[in-house]
Amino acid sequence: MTTILQPDHVTIPGVSEPAKSRATRRVRGLSDRAIAWLFVAPTIALLLAINIFPLVWMIRLSFTSLNLSMSYLPLRFVGLDNFTDILTDEDVWFRLQTTAQFVISSVALQVVIGFGLALLINRQFRGHSFWTTMILLPMMLSPAVVGNFWTLLFQPQIGPFNYLISLFTGVPPSSFSMTGEVALAPWTIVLVDTWMWAPYVMLICLAGLRSIPDYIYEAAEVDRASAWRQFWSITLPMTVPFLMLAVLFRAIENFKMFDMVNLLTSGGPGSTTELVSITLKRAAFEKWRTGYSSALAIILFVTVFGAANIYVKVLNKVKQR
Amino acid sequence: MSGSAIANGGLMRWFRRGPWEAGATILIGVGIVMLVQPFSLDLYSYSFVTILAGTLGYVIVSHFPE
Repeated sequence: MTTILQPDHVTIPGVSEPAKSRATRRVRGLSDRAIAWLFVAPTIALLLAINIFPLVWMIRLSFTSLNLSMSYLPLRFVGLDNFTDILTDEDVWFRLQTTAQFVISSVALQVVIGFGLALLINRQFRGHSFWTTMILLPMMLSPAVVGNFWTLLFQPQIGPFNYLISLFTGVPPSSFSMTGEVALAPWTIVLVDTWMWAPYVMLICLAGLRSIPDYIYEAAEVDRASAWRQFWSITLPMTVPFLMLAVLFRAIENFKMFDMVNLLTSGGPGSTTELVSITLKRAAFEKWRTGYSSALAIILFVTVFGAANIYVKVLNKVKQR
Repeated sequence: MSGSAIANGGLMRWFRRGPWEAGATILIGVGIVMLVQPFSLDLYSYSFVTILAGTLGYVIVSHFPE
């Protein structure tokens, strides 16, 4: 038999009996729904304060000409002018193309390397767990840490990366700078991003590979299908939804990429590696064009939100499998 | 079958989530391509409106019945 403890039998020092019974009555009067709301309310309040309010404020600012370096000027409503400026500005257009090139190259490399690693890790071999942990290590680091230590590795004078390249090619190590040359800098950020995030793609692909039932391969063996045929007819088609998931997730993340690129190249040399997130930061905190940068932020937000909808759609398809 | 049931059936046939969601998804995808393509500034200029239409459309049609 279950014993229910009655809290009103507990004497609380310093609280008078009528006050206590009034409080107990009030708590007992609340429905389950009200109590649930009571618990959720602080989180909702926090969410409203740090997410929703800034978003609404940003939407409001995007229709104004606010410039924080001249904040003494009255706030002027300019309608859609900021959006028109951005969407007819060739510089922003070029920065979006740079971002797209970065997203496409890094995601393509990550998928190829991540899928290859997943195929390797999916086999049982000696030291399997150790190598899995080692491969996953870069993903666990903070982008700020990664940006800083790769900057050190890429140092033309003391960085080991240039010495390694010199060992294979014979080019003097101090004769080139990975982050300082127009031809190399875009590949530098792609290389570091791939190093960091290919393990993540590997994890998703591994989940896909492990979800394929063994009996399908056994049936293929009975039909004397070659390993190559099994890969093209079983492994790849059954991993495609997981690959799509990885591609979409990494594409959205790379579209927003800021910290690592800012630490590695700061958008340079010139504007070779200036992703749109760096353009946004420069407009907001170097030129102090708050209205303009709010409008740009909204364009990026809507783009990411749209892409996230596609991501959720694919995720639901994967779940249905 | 009553008239309203037929009308409801007709509406249900038109407002099924699947095709509308697929349409909105395609619109978002086309908008993103327009935003980052290197060929035409005009396409870039209309990209945001396309993405916005697709995204808002997606939010609306995701409430349609299956």
